[in-house]
Amino acid sequence: MFSETAIKELEEIRAKYPTARGALLPAIYIAQREFGHLSSEAYEAVSVALGVPRATVRGVATFYAMYKHKPMGRHIVQLCTNVSCMILGAEKLADFLKSRYGLEPGGITPDGRFSLVIMECIGACGTAPAMLVNDDFYENLTEQYIAEILEKYT
Amino acid sequence: MEKVLLKNIDNPNSADINEYRKTGGYSSLTKALALQPKEIVDEVKKAGLRGRGGAGFPVAMKWTFASADPKFPKYLLCNADEGEPGTFKDRPILEKNPHLLIEGMVISGHALSAEYGFIYLRGEYPEAKHILNRAIAQAYESNMLGDNIAGRGIKFHLAVHQGAGAYICGEETALIESLEGDKGQPRIKPPFPVNVGVWSKPTVVNNVETLSNLPYIIEIGGEAYAKIGTPDCPGPKLYCISGHIEKPGVYELPMGTSLRDIIYSHCGGIKGGKNLKAVIPGGISTPVLPPDKIDCPMDFVNMPKHGSMLGSGAVIVMDESVCLVKVCYRALKFFEHESCGKCTPCREGTGWLRSILGRIENGEGKEGDVDLLLSVAGNIMGKTFCPLGDGAASVVQNFIKHFRPEFEEHIRTKACAVKG
Ligand SMILES: Cc1cc2nc3c(=O)[nH]c(=O)nc-3n(C[C@H](O)[C@H](O)[C@H](O)COP(=O)(O)O)c2cc1C
Ligand code: SF4
Ligand code: FES
Repeated sequence: MFSETAIKELEEIRAKYPTARGALLPAIYIAQREFGHLSSEAYEAVSVALGVPRATVRGVATFYAMYKHKPMGRHIVQLCTNVSCMILGAEKLADFLKSRYGLEPGGITPDGRFSLVIMECIGACGTAPAMLVNDDFYENLTEQYIAEILEKYT
Repeated sequence: MEKVLLKNIDNPNSADINEYRKTGGYSSLTKALALQPKEIVDEVKKAGLRGRGGAGFPVAMKWTFASADPKFPKYLLCNADEGEPGTFKDRPILEKNPHLLIEGMVISGHALSAEYGFIYLRGEYPEAKHILNRAIAQAYESNMLGDNIAGRGIKFHLAVHQGAGAYICGEETALIESLEGDKGQPRIKPPFPVNVGVWSKPTVVNNVETLSNLPYIIEIGGEAYAKIGTPDCPGPKLYCISGHIEKPGVYELPMGTSLRDIIYSHCGGIKGGKNLKAVIPGGISTPVLPPDKIDCPMDFVNMPKHGSMLGSGAVIVMDESVCLVKVCYRALKFFEHESCGKCTPCREGTGWLRSILGRIENGEGKEGDVDLLLSVAGNIMGKTFCPLGDGAASVVQNFIKHFRPEFEEHIRTKACAVKG
């Protein structure tokens, strides 16, 4: 079940849409935040809160790349490897994340600190290569800069 | 040229309503609220404004269709999905100039007699979400949004809807599905969204940049606006340049500025003085151009005459160190990943193309693979439900059209000559 705060938040969001179903994407985001990833409890909570069948919630959630269906690290490193980033060295950075931190796409570090997600373009092509760590943008990346950035996330 | 869309973005507080007001912000709205909806549509028609989301559709025409439909309420949706690789032009408006967009949306809402608006914002812009939500709250507080805007009895409500990482949701009918809480799979057209859109109501979908032109059109009038840029495609345009370029970034220039001028006059030329090898002029779905084809005016009407498309104005510059087989392969990986799976030619075809390109790139290409690629692409082209599939096919066709020897050399030598 959702926490009190989550239910309140969802009610506010729900009021912005003419149907309960409209609030499904935001509700899945809230569930992901509350439960860490989209576990069956998370699906159940969304289903009950909006009156949408569980199978529908699952069907919609699995369509979108930013919903997480398995446990992830505390911090999610989202590295873009699309063309503008690739031609400026993004693949070497992915190799660096692997050799230095043991991070592989979709994987999680043994200490549970980081997960890596390979992204399509994140709209930072002019300052490529770029990544998001959780909600924070980092641009003009180098190996050394990545090492400095990741220090900040414990 | 005076900056319209990127005005004030160097001011660190540009996203604040008071700063926006200091330089005339929301005065166009006041002016527009005194006009009849039809008068606003007429100004937009005189301005010749075309949609900036990729297709260049005339805005006034779309609006007239929606206005003619008798159903209410009507919805105005702002397409802030900005997913086309290479594109980062809407981001400065969303993060630095959110009130310009909000003002543009309220003016457009009035023109359409639409009472509700949503900004469909891609999930990958979390910062923009906070900024937009704050700006919307400020606009409500100062009565620029709500049930009785500026005391003139006009109603418009606005909210942000966050996407969740699906490129296809930038396609307007997929966007509508996603806003309704479903998978983002395109709908069959007709009916068009202007008649049967979100929640089955008349719906206009316009891009962030498109809507952000409205305050300026109202300010200076449609006729004056039409003098900027090229006659068939007036107005200022945001071009975003990335890759091997000295000064990458978002540039506001008159529509129709040539690709050569953008690269060499405005952006300082190729990084490190190297040679240009190829340019993707309008985002990854648009046809790649070789260096001798860059004397083309970057607008919706002229680019097709020069073998490409304006798309989202996202210029990706590649120097001689780049392996184009690899770029093409990466592009197809993207399309395969983003194919929504609704129709077979795209769902299966993008996977086939990716896999053949992958083996060529890995030195396992077979003789005849280039023709095989063209054959698969030909079986996708024109046979898909939405333009994503065509885009994927056209990427392969155009890389081969201009750079076939490079593909063949990869197959023959089983290696890459450039090692990019
Ligand atoms: C696969 C696909 C992706 C698209 N992505 C976007 C996008 O990210 N942003 C956008 O404004 N338009 C995008 N479009 C175009 C929209 O469908 C629509 O034409 C546009 O939002 C209309 O706004 P405009 O008339 O102001 O350009 C996309 C179209 C397709 C087929
Ligand atoms: S062309 Fe591709 S993205 Fe478009 S509907 Fe078909 S499968 Fe979906
Ligand atoms: S290609 Fe990496 S941010 Fe656009």
